[in-house]
Order: sequence, then C-alpha cells, then structure tokens
Amino acid sequence: MSDAAFSPDATDLAILRLLAEDATRSAAEVGRALGMTQPATWRRIKRLTEAGVIAGRRIVVDEAALGFGVTVFLGIRLAAKGRASLEDFERAVTAIPEVQTVQHVLGQFDYRLRVRARDIADFERILRRRIMTLPGIGQVEANVMLSEERRPGPL
Amino acid sequence: MPDATDRRILRQLLLDPEIGNAELAERAGVTPASLWRRLDRMRETGVIRAVESRIDWRKLGYEVQVSLRFTLDKTEPRAFDNFVAAARKVPEVTEIQTFLGSVDLRLSVIARDMAHWQDLYRDSILTLPHVSDSDALMLVSTIKDVQELSL
Repeated sequence: MSDAAFSPDATDLAILRLLAEDATRSAAEVGRALGMTQPATWRRIKRLTEAGVIAGRRIVVDEAALGFGVTVFLGIRLAAKGRASLEDFERAVTAIPEVQTVQHVLGQFDYRLRVRARDIADFERILRRRIMTLPGIGQVEANVMLSEERRPGPL
Repeated sequence: MPDATDRRILRQLLLDPEIGNAELAERAGVTPASLWRRLDRMRETGVIRAVESRIDWRKLGYEVQVSLRFTLDKTEPRAFDNFVAAARKVPEVTEIQTFLGSVDLRLSVIARDMAHWQDLYRDSILTLPHVSDSDALMLVSTIKDVQELSL
C-alpha cells in the first residue's frame, strides 16, 4: 500500500467522526445518521479501512475500576557517557509490560513513556526495578496523570 | 465490579482490540451468548467506557506530531479551566492531559508539515492563556503503543 495521503471528502470526515466516537456503529447506523444507504456507507468505511486511515480500535476502559489507578508519563534522557545503543534501550523498555507507550522524540528528552501502575507504591517498584535499570538510562522526569481527554482532531 | 471472567475477556480484548466476538469468546473460555451479555453489561456499567476507531493521521497527511508540555501561572485561579477551554478550540489538538508534577498540562498536536506547525504554533499555541513555561517534544517514531493491562 502506498503511503501517500488519502484525500477524504466531507462525507469521509463525517464517517470518521462517527466511528472515532463509537467504532461499534454499523454501516447502517452511520448511513442513517448521514442520510446515506447502507451499501454506500459500507463501501466508504471499507475504503477508509483499506487505506489505513481507520487503523484499528481503541478500547477505553475504566482503569481505576480494574485496579489500575495510576498513570505516569515519563520523560527519559539517555546518559551521554558510555551511551548504550538506542536498540538496546528500546528492546529493554518495550519488554516492560507496564509500559504501554514508548515514543522516540526530539527535544528536552529522548523518549517519552506512558506507564500504567496499580498505585503509587506499584509505580515506585516499576520505576526502581524496571526503569532505572534500563541500559543507557540518564535523566528521568515523572508526571502523574490527573485527567485525560481525547479530542476528535481536525475532522 | 468486573469478576474474574470479565477480566479474562478484557485482557484478551485489550491484547487484540480488533478481535472478532467468536474468537474472543473462545480465548476467554465463555460461550458467545455469555460474552455478548458480559460485554453489554461492562459497557452499561462503564467498565468499558468506549470503543473508538483509531485514526492514522499520517494517512490523512498529518506528518508532524508534537507533545507540548506546559506549566501554568497558578496565581490565576481559573488558569486550568481557561487553558483547557482554549485548547479545546484548536482542532489540531488530539489529546489533553493534566498532571501532578513539574508539568501541569500536556497537549498532543498534529500538523501537516513544519510550515503548518509554525503557523499553528504562532497562531493557536502561543496564544493559549496563563502559560508560564512550555516545551515541545517532536515525535520521531512510536516504538510501542499497546492498551493491554495485566488483569
């Protein structure tokens, strides 16, 4: 598949808006909301999925109700001296089950991580045993998440 | 409260969010009817808050993704509310998080290219209210992004 940008029209954007809110909406429901037939809507959804614009699903769960009350965002700067390879760091950090997101970034930090823990004590255990022992680790900044809001984006 | 079976279902679902219901029932060791009932109940009680389609913004031509971190001027009691209200009006903002730590707030912002980013930054980001300090982390690549929990 080519990486060229998909050019959505207003109808595509309206479909994306509805599915970004609720991916379980059927083609018939989406079509009804937009005044389109089920087959026409289905074809558009199929095209958006095949183009990779609809990249999958996100299940948003009440993590606190499941016993995961703490989310921490970490900024990590690798140590300048005796710098371990990026590959070693990345391999080790992605293997930590509590680390949900790893992004390589440019700026004050080299990596940003999203870590999920049961509570602050659990986070401290992860930080000390798993994060601080990563190859090449330098400076670490931790910010405990209080709230999160996902926006629809430019649809 | 979700029981052990609910947790088994959620563990499999978070591991593979695109899984079909028949496969999910099998992996979680429940009948399809029971799976349906349990998913329904978890959505009703809010254990499952939403099932959203994930959009790949790159495929829509948004090549730039920036993580912006802000410290706010806390002498202004409405700083958080005013800032968040203003950030919500910027369509290119895809995530807003608040924190306890050296950073107060974070925004995920997408742009088509560096020229678009510069315009956005000047017109929509620098104008956000009550900012005392900010820094930007430009995304190079996403190495891992999973939803799974060790339930």
